[in-house]
Amino acid sequence: MSAGSAVSAAPESARRAIPTSLEAPTGFVRRYIFSTDHKVVGLQYFFLSLTAVLIGVVLSLLMRFHLVWPTAHLPFVRGGIMTPEQYLALVTLHGTIMVFFVLTTAPQNGFGNYFLPLQIGAPEMAFPRLNSISFWLTFAAFLCLLATCIVPGGGPISGWTAYPPLSGLGEVTGPGEGIGQTVWIVSILIFCAGSLLSSVNFIATIIDLRAPGMTLGRMPLTVWAWFVTAISILLAFGVLLAGGVLLLLDRSAGTNFFLPAGLVVSGQVQAHAGGSPLLWQHLFWFFGHPEVYIAILPGMGVVSQVLATFSRKPVFGYRAMAGSLCAIGLLGFVVWGHHMFVSGMSPYSGLTFSLLTMSIGVPSAIKTFNWLGTLWGGRIRFRSPMLFAMGFVSFFVTGGLSGIFLGQPALDSTLHATYYVVAHFHIVMGVAAIFGIFAATHYWFPKMFGRVMDETLAKLHFWLTFAGAYCIFMPLHFVGIAGGVRRYADFTGVDYLTALLPLHRFVTFAAFATGAAQIIFLYNFFHSLRSGAQAPMNPWDATTLEWTTSSPPPIDNFGGKLPRVYRGPYEYSVPGATVDFLPQNLAIEESRDVQ
Amino acid sequence: MLAPVMTHSRNSVRGSAGPAVLLALLLLILVGVTVVLFASHAYSPPSPITAEGRLTDQQYGRTLWVAGVIFILAQLALAYAALRFRDRGRPARFIRGNNALEVVWTLATVVLFVGLSVMGRRAWADARLGAAPADAVQIEVTTTQFVYTFRYPGPDGKFGRLDPNLVSASTGNPLGLDPNDAAGKDDIVVPVLTVPANRPVELLIRSQDVVHNFFVRELRLQQDAVPGMVIPVNFTADRVGRYEIVCTQLCGQGHNTMRSFLNVVPEPEYESFLKQQAVGQ
Repeated sequence: MSAGSAVSAAPESARRAIPTSLEAPTGFVRRYIFSTDHKVVGLQYFFLSLTAVLIGVVLSLLMRFHLVWPTAHLPFVRGGIMTPEQYLALVTLHGTIMVFFVLTTAPQNGFGNYFLPLQIGAPEMAFPRLNSISFWLTFAAFLCLLATCIVPGGGPISGWTAYPPLSGLGEVTGPGEGIGQTVWIVSILIFCAGSLLSSVNFIATIIDLRAPGMTLGRMPLTVWAWFVTAISILLAFGVLLAGGVLLLLDRSAGTNFFLPAGLVVSGQVQAHAGGSPLLWQHLFWFFGHPEVYIAILPGMGVVSQVLATFSRKPVFGYRAMAGSLCAIGLLGFVVWGHHMFVSGMSPYSGLTFSLLTMSIGVPSAIKTFNWLGTLWGGRIRFRSPMLFAMGFVSFFVTGGLSGIFLGQPALDSTLHATYYVVAHFHIVMGVAAIFGIFAATHYWFPKMFGRVMDETLAKLHFWLTFAGAYCIFMPLHFVGIAGGVRRYADFTGVDYLTALLPLHRFVTFAAFATGAAQIIFLYNFFHSLRSGAQAPMNPWDATTLEWTTSSPPPIDNFGGKLPRVYRGPYEYSVPGATVDFLPQNLAIEESRDVQ
Repeated sequence: MLAPVMTHSRNSVRGSAGPAVLLALLLLILVGVTVVLFASHAYSPPSPITAEGRLTDQQYGRTLWVAGVIFILAQLALAYAALRFRDRGRPARFIRGNNALEVVWTLATVVLFVGLSVMGRRAWADARLGAAPADAVQIEVTTTQFVYTFRYPGPDGKFGRLDPNLVSASTGNPLGLDPNDAAGKDDIVVPVLTVPANRPVELLIRSQDVVHNFFVRELRLQQDAVPGMVIPVNFTADRVGRYEIVCTQLCGQGHNTMRSFLNVVPEPEYESFLKQQAVGQ
């Protein structure tokens, strides 16, 4: 394949330098805490995300409850009734946890760390120690974020976007804007550092450690997705890191990057001059929009892989799929302005950003068509990973299409900052990405833990979550179209928002029901971990390299040998073969036996 | 080379139709309920009160058609695939792709999406790109945590100088009007926005402290108020009425309490409003 010959795999001599028979470290701490084994690091990221998502969901349920019963007494809230600043601290914490510690962490660093070396036939990541450091930085960032809840003044109230001057002046702008906001920024900076180190590791691993024969054109689409995501992280998080440092300096060192002259807060004139609040927005969204794709691209890779496996067909249009991943990664960096149509940025640039934003719909549509093409004419096995992958496609279509409204400045002029936006990004980068994570979890659980999840419970969990997520987020479009504003602690101060409360009540009920359904997943996950049926090496009859080694894989992944790759990643139902899948390491002469 | 394990029969269980039917059914319900809710306009905002707002609604309608048709076709295709291609024991068709199809759907989406963006230019351009006509009524909008303050230039048509050091809401000078500037003597400062119907209005939007927003859904207009900037927006409201102004940019603890009203009144009533306020100042 010509795409593959462009960059050839690393020479044999370089590869031999890598030890292939690693000794498993003994002792719990060396083995599970400060391990440099990419599989352990992957699981560390995965369990960190699992913890984070549980906290994030509980926070969102508290918010949903407060929105429809604003005067209800809550047992664990100081003073009984949730205050607006407590609500806004929940908004900030929920957004930050979900975006950074769930959507950025699980799909890329969780599954990516575990399966990238396995899928390209490598014994380890390129920089194993760096990998462990990346995780522990991320873990430290998470503790730092949680600490915002217990510092004096409480958590920051400026949302995950932290627009200055609200976030730049200290507690004069509101409770939580003192120490809480500072600690929040420090948490983000540490997270950026961890993500940058990890992205370099991913890029180096993919370029240098592919097994012989694993050309670019034979890489599974998951690997393509992790590759494009890693490059996006490298380019985007550096900018957030810089922006965060500047914001910290504005707050604590008297600099004026984002703070203009003449600010009067609560009657006090502020001693700042010369900065621009819009500069932060440009820096933030230059990171923030690629971040959306960082969250969703790995899911796209997983979905392509799962659809092929359970349709028993090659991925339709493999090259178009790899190409559209790259196109989305690239275009993702030139559309940030659509977050700023009504920010006061020149209205002329609004037109340019609109055109670019609408263009990113094209590679997204290409992916959708090719997924449908993969299903077409297939022999679909409705196992739980497949259901979640098909659910992903449905949510991606729905969430993507609501985006073509928001990509037009005239329409954004009325939909901006309403629940329409909440519905849009929750469906396309929240629910779709989570369905990608669920698909990956159910697909790779046997490989990671050597056991199989209960299929009946997994399906039940899928049906409730699929229906539930639509019940939560579809009505929010209508709230937004009617002008329903987001990030309000209480709607009763505005007449027309009060009129929308019945819709909100329905959404809250749906949220609690869907939240409860996640208990099924947790039970199934942890129960199967301990007492699920033993998993064979290749339970799904899949073709990629991780299925050619034991479940779970040995410390050096392939038991002292490195695989050699002879064919593309999705050779299903090849005419003439006696079986309907040909693993990537199946030599041509061996395949003659099965053909 | 490891010998691949070929345990192929295990998974080719010819599944029951259950999951396929249930998935297709849920997708059908999704499409049906969505179409009914959008078609019923049950949650549409009140009709717009400006020409630009009506252009925006037209563009919204066009976009809804394009998005709606793709939504219905894609979700139904997924449902059809689930039903039609479930494992019935027949081998899957071996297809790697189809270049002609790739070209067709790529070009089709380019035309549709970029076309929509191009068609939507006018609604935006009409609302944002033109300068206000010379006879437009100028009103300054100032946002602070968590109130709107509106300033009219008064009979002299000139806004007086503002000084941040003089800001004192408690003594009745929330904007910091400089008492030594003659142009400011007749400025009218009020908490509610009153504009004449059928006359162009130019708002000069600024903020004293943090980023806020000015949103009136009947105008189909949101504009951030950014400290350090004066952002002009103009409109001509053609329906008399009282409309809620809300803040959509998270501005602090009292964000959800930040509200005012836009009163669109007939010209004579507007003139008497100005006279009345001039006496009061």
